[in-house]
Amino acid sequence: MVALWRLLLLGVPIVILEILCRSGAIDRITLPPPSTIAVDMLRLLGSGRMNTAIANTLTHVVVAVAGSIVVGIATGALVHRLAPLRRVLEPLFATYYAIPIYAFYPLLIVVFGLGDAPQILIGFMLAVVAVIVSTLTGLDSVPAVLAKTALVHRMGPVATALRITLPYAMPHLFTGMKLAVAYAFIGVIGAEFIMSRTGVGYEIRYAFDNFDNATMYPLILLVLLVAVVVNLGLDKWERRLMARRRGL
Amino acid sequence: MRRSADSIWLIGGLLLVWQAVALAAGPDALASPWRTILRLGQMFTTTVFLGHISETGEAFLIALAIAIVAGLAIGLLIGLHDLSARIAEPFLLAANSVPKIALYPIVLLIFGIGMPAKVAFGAIHGIVPIAIFTISGCRNVPSVLLKTARVMRLSQAETVRSIVLPACLPEIFTGIRIGVSLTLIGTILGEMFGSQRGLGFLLMTAIGLQNTEVIMAVTLLLIVFAATVSTALIALDRRLHRGG
Repeated sequence: MVALWRLLLLGVPIVILEILCRSGAIDRITLPPPSTIAVDMLRLLGSGRMNTAIANTLTHVVVAVAGSIVVGIATGALVHRLAPLRRVLEPLFATYYAIPIYAFYPLLIVVFGLGDAPQILIGFMLAVVAVIVSTLTGLDSVPAVLAKTALVHRMGPVATALRITLPYAMPHLFTGMKLAVAYAFIGVIGAEFIMSRTGVGYEIRYAFDNFDNATMYPLILLVLLVAVVVNLGLDKWERRLMARRRGL
Repeated sequence: MRRSADSIWLIGGLLLVWQAVALAAGPDALASPWRTILRLGQMFTTTVFLGHISETGEAFLIALAIAIVAGLAIGLLIGLHDLSARIAEPFLLAANSVPKIALYPIVLLIFGIGMPAKVAFGAIHGIVPIAIFTISGCRNVPSVLLKTARVMRLSQAETVRSIVLPACLPEIFTGIRIGVSLTLIGTILGEMFGSQRGLGFLLMTAIGLQNTEVIMAVTLLLIVFAATVSTALIALDRRLHRGG
């Protein structure tokens, strides 16, 4: 029942758009019919013309996500042990996502040049604080008895973190990683869009500047599809992890 | 007392890091804090700069008003109806994870370059979180309150006004707080590509000229504004949640 309604909610607007476009109520310069966009997307993917751009974007996202997870968890674990530092940094974490991170992009371009680094760094900067914050929440959830167990076993801080607290905090860490993927994706595509020489964001911008709707709309559709599919997949996985934890 | 000491540590630490990076990178790559502040002060005396600020401010406020009204309307409409909430929520969550910047060309094609495009772009960023938080707020309204409303034969509008809105106000406020930040980011982004005026446009021209002092001055202004507003809203938010 719910699934049927969802299908209708997704399908009916597309059909209406298709009719409006085909009948000429929306002219083709503004929006080609959805079916044309879908066919163009498959053709574009099949032609291999976008392979380099897609590979570049994905590489940047993967590096940004990996970096933010490693740095974020390490920073989170460290800040969690140092209460005064945490107290000082807490307001920064709370307001961080209100700051327009893209405003730093020009600066990164001036410092690092127009290569891969600025885009990866923007993705990293958007993602890393989500990982830090969820690491802190996760470590807060660790019961005191586990920390005492580590003491009894005379484990050092690193061994305690790696073998007891971080595994216990895993569901929270996963939420952070999920956000990191979404934020890194948004950051990298946005940076490419603002100013760069490669990537899907750049190709969308380039097609837009050249009124090349046959390339622009399929690429936008591709970005939306990838973002939605990846996020729904991670959501499902997260819910499974959480359900298992509740079963304990 | 302790909290103000903490914020001094934080701001001092950030300034130190900035100064250190500026020293390491050199004046051509990154303007030092002092020079940036001087430049910003000097910019404030020019009418052109004030014009850019008021342009951005106007776009931001209109976009925010649209985002709040539309987000609340969507959220209440969906949130008050259990089945539609279950149907629509995945769509909203998906819309939240999409890089909205990729939609920018479509916004420009519809609205053309100028004020309407940035307002639309700012509003797009703000609507979704406000709607999501409103829905989750509606879901958490105790069912006994809703039953009371039915027993008292309140109309839908009366129920919303006198029961649902007060009950989920803290949640809605959190949504609006996040919506404010995202709308500002959206408006600035909109100005960076589709505008001839405003702070975003100023940033974009400064990038073209590699004028690091202007880049840093505008960035600093945006960050100070965003951080101040967000800190104030967080304080209000905490008070609301504690009261409820």
